[in-house]
Amino acid sequence: MTGEEAAGHGGQGGQGGQGGDSSNPLTTQPTAPVIQPKLGLVGWLRWMWRQLTSMRTALLLLLLLAIAALPGSTFPQRSIDATRTAQWIQTHPTVGPVLDRLGFFEVYASPWFAAIYLLLLISLIGCVIPRSRIHLRAVRAQPPRAPRYPERLSAGQSLTAEGTPEEVLAQWRRRLSAKRYRVSAHDDASLSAEKGYLRETGNLVFHLALIGIIVGVGIGHLWGWKGDLILPEGKTFANTLSRYDTFSPGPEVDPADLLPYTLHLTKLDAVFAEDPDGKAKLGAPRDFTAYVDFAKPAGATPEARTIKVNEPLETGGGSVFLLGNGYAPRITVRDAEGTILYSDATPFLAKDNNYTSVGAIKVPGASPQQLGFAGLFLPTAQMTEAGAISIFPQPLEPALALTAFEGDLFPGGTPQSVYALQTDGMTQLKAEGSGEQLRIWLTPGDTFELPGGRGSITFDGVERFAGLSIRSDPGKTLTLVSALLALAGLIAMLTIRRRRVFVRVSEAPEGPDGRRRTLVRVGGLAKDDDEGMSEELSELSGLGELAGTPTAADEPQTRTKADDE
Amino acid sequence: MSDLTLAQLSMLSLYSAMGVFTLAMIGYAVYLSGLMPARTEARSEAQPERVLVSVGGPGAGASAAERGAANDGASAPAGPSRGRVSDDGVPMRARKAAGMAWTLTILGTVLLTASVVLRGLEVHRAPLGNMFEFALTGSMFLMLAYVGWSFRRDLRWLGLFLVTPVLLTLGLAITIWYAEATELMPSLKSYWLVIHVTVATLSIAIFAIGAMLGALYLWQSRLEAEGATSFMNRLPSARQLEKLTHGLHVIGFPLWTFTLIAGAIWARQAWGAYWNWDPKEVWTFVIWVVYAAYLHARVTSGWKPQSATWIALAGFGCIILNYAVVNVYFVGQHSYSGL
Repeated sequence: MTGEEAAGHGGQGGQGGQGGDSSNPLTTQPTAPVIQPKLGLVGWLRWMWRQLTSMRTALLLLLLLAIAALPGSTFPQRSIDATRTAQWIQTHPTVGPVLDRLGFFEVYASPWFAAIYLLLLISLIGCVIPRSRIHLRAVRAQPPRAPRYPERLSAGQSLTAEGTPEEVLAQWRRRLSAKRYRVSAHDDASLSAEKGYLRETGNLVFHLALIGIIVGVGIGHLWGWKGDLILPEGKTFANTLSRYDTFSPGPEVDPADLLPYTLHLTKLDAVFAEDPDGKAKLGAPRDFTAYVDFAKPAGATPEARTIKVNEPLETGGGSVFLLGNGYAPRITVRDAEGTILYSDATPFLAKDNNYTSVGAIKVPGASPQQLGFAGLFLPTAQMTEAGAISIFPQPLEPALALTAFEGDLFPGGTPQSVYALQTDGMTQLKAEGSGEQLRIWLTPGDTFELPGGRGSITFDGVERFAGLSIRSDPGKTLTLVSALLALAGLIAMLTIRRRRVFVRVSEAPEGPDGRRRTLVRVGGLAKDDDEGMSEELSELSGLGELAGTPTAADEPQTRTKADDE
Repeated sequence: MSDLTLAQLSMLSLYSAMGVFTLAMIGYAVYLSGLMPARTEARSEAQPERVLVSVGGPGAGASAAERGAANDGASAPAGPSRGRVSDDGVPMRARKAAGMAWTLTILGTVLLTASVVLRGLEVHRAPLGNMFEFALTGSMFLMLAYVGWSFRRDLRWLGLFLVTPVLLTLGLAITIWYAEATELMPSLKSYWLVIHVTVATLSIAIFAIGAMLGALYLWQSRLEAEGATSFMNRLPSARQLEKLTHGLHVIGFPLWTFTLIAGAIWARQAWGAYWNWDPKEVWTFVIWVVYAAYLHARVTSGWKPQSATWIALAGFGCIILNYAVVNVYFVGQHSYSGL
């Protein structure tokens, strides 16, 4: 915490630091044994609590938090990119496993990171709660009695004003109230005024809001979930667990509670830069729009909706984000008699900016052995010496380049990727005659007869798919509101100034014109660096219809110890 | 006007701004070197306030320089016995140099602003799409802040320390960060780009001034401890510099907090989750924590203001790393550097 907290927070730290040996006798006699008082369990706990909630510890924890967060940006993180993490560990066989055990690839879920932010949270709570109590008392209390010589405060002046002391005091009361001071009088000849209570309020709101953010994040972690799926054009997604490709729920999420709705992808629009002389690089993505029919609950009349990159679809049971897209060539596999064994729009995952995509077709129903195809989909195919590549992301000259395997598609029944073949239990088909591996090149409408009466494979056409991510975070509203409150509190605590003004009046000798005059002695007390206090006092003295005239002897000197050097 | 012309004008304006800033830098250097012979003078108690208010506004051109010089001349004693030194001990040569440097600073800032605006018109969007544009816009904000602040108090002593890093940044921008004007990728097409990145750039500019003042403070406090004489004696006292440093961070920190929040809101729109532990997010958070530590350290009993200021400088070091290293070398969703 900042601001005047130094007093409370730092003070606690100071006490804590001395708590252990405060009664150490200051003796010069070496013979006298040093008797340390026993702290006892409660004493030690109290001492630890004071240490933990001290400003110094909070500062240390803040700096530790900053340092501890850094490895997460330099090392690949498993939660973000598991493949890259595995690769990193593989290429660094010595340090990789050690760092892995130390949690460097899951920094933000590691015990040491959690230890730092939990200690910080406790320190925060231990500081905010007592301070809230103190502040609540201060807000209710009246400003303290004016000192005997207010003009001796760091900003102070004395001047002579016309009128009786009562009149002058009433006038000052008006001026102070007009400047939104809380004014009280402890006696007839003085005023005590204070303003800027919102500074400490802002400080407390800021720190309480930080706790709110952490609670919001925690709620999102426990009750939030996210699922990803790939939805080809023309297909419908029903919001049930089995329809997700991946689904990661929080510990408190029951997947049976998913809101029943359906999404039908009618069309996915993808726009890429097509002008070679344009501002954007040729083929750079320009815009993606998914046109969907959204039915809630499932079976209701569908509404036409769109999902764009920065415009998710809010369903009420998770928000649907368009995070990816690609091509799903429609492929049909028949056996020798022409019976359809497989016919589907099969998503291929884009590997580069021109959508050179990889994928696999698995035909478990083929006989005598299961068939599998793996290879590339190229939206705008071009043969180069290095092989076939795509040179533009739009499907201008689409082609499939496949190889074929036969054998056991699912050896051991272990889970495997739908986008790759597991070829351990398979043998590659050879081209008839040459003995080389079979290469299948298909453009839309083409059919390729597989050798040895194994049937045929047909490339019917190309569709796009949308990579959708559906996420629900019930804590996000709390987090957002807390964050905005924190910002408001921060601005209040950094801009509002806490000021006290004390006024004392006494009779002054009558002026030459015989009118009554009053000696006004004013003092201002500002917390923190407040360069404006003396200016504020001058303004207060100079304001109003009865402008105070400085006495000849006592120039309106404005001493500002805080200011000058 | 065609985009090509706008592009050419933008670059022309940028090169002119750099030329003008170079001259301003020389002017400020001459001014500071002119403060050197002040060693026999007593420390000036207060800084001359608002000396420059009467100097012409933006675009006033060379005549403003003359008027500025004339103003300075007017406050110098007429008697020949004092020669070419004005009553506050600043040689006329230095005063003239400072006046010229100030005018050139205004001119350079106008040119730099024009360059940023032209770039924006050229690309039909806010010029915040790649590192080149960040560097330009950040430098513009820094110079605008300096010029605006200078209208409130005499900051000629600070000119050299701001114009030099700005020149350096612009130099890096046109050499290694330069990127042709391109359209944005779909995920960047959002009004949050303007909100999030503008405020981020603005707060970096504020933090940059704060860091420079912090460094000057550390220097000044060491000189004061040693009792050494140098032109620094003419600068505000260490205590005042420390206050100015803190003041700028007090402006910068809420802006940075806003950057963090706006970024999270946008991340939720574009990527599905408000916090993804993306390297750039991590660094933004780390910078926030470091500056929070600075604000805490400043009021922690037992911490010297010097140590606190070192934390603030570490915070700015993190900003530099975040911009120059994380943008370019770290893999993440913020990889929009345009390199």
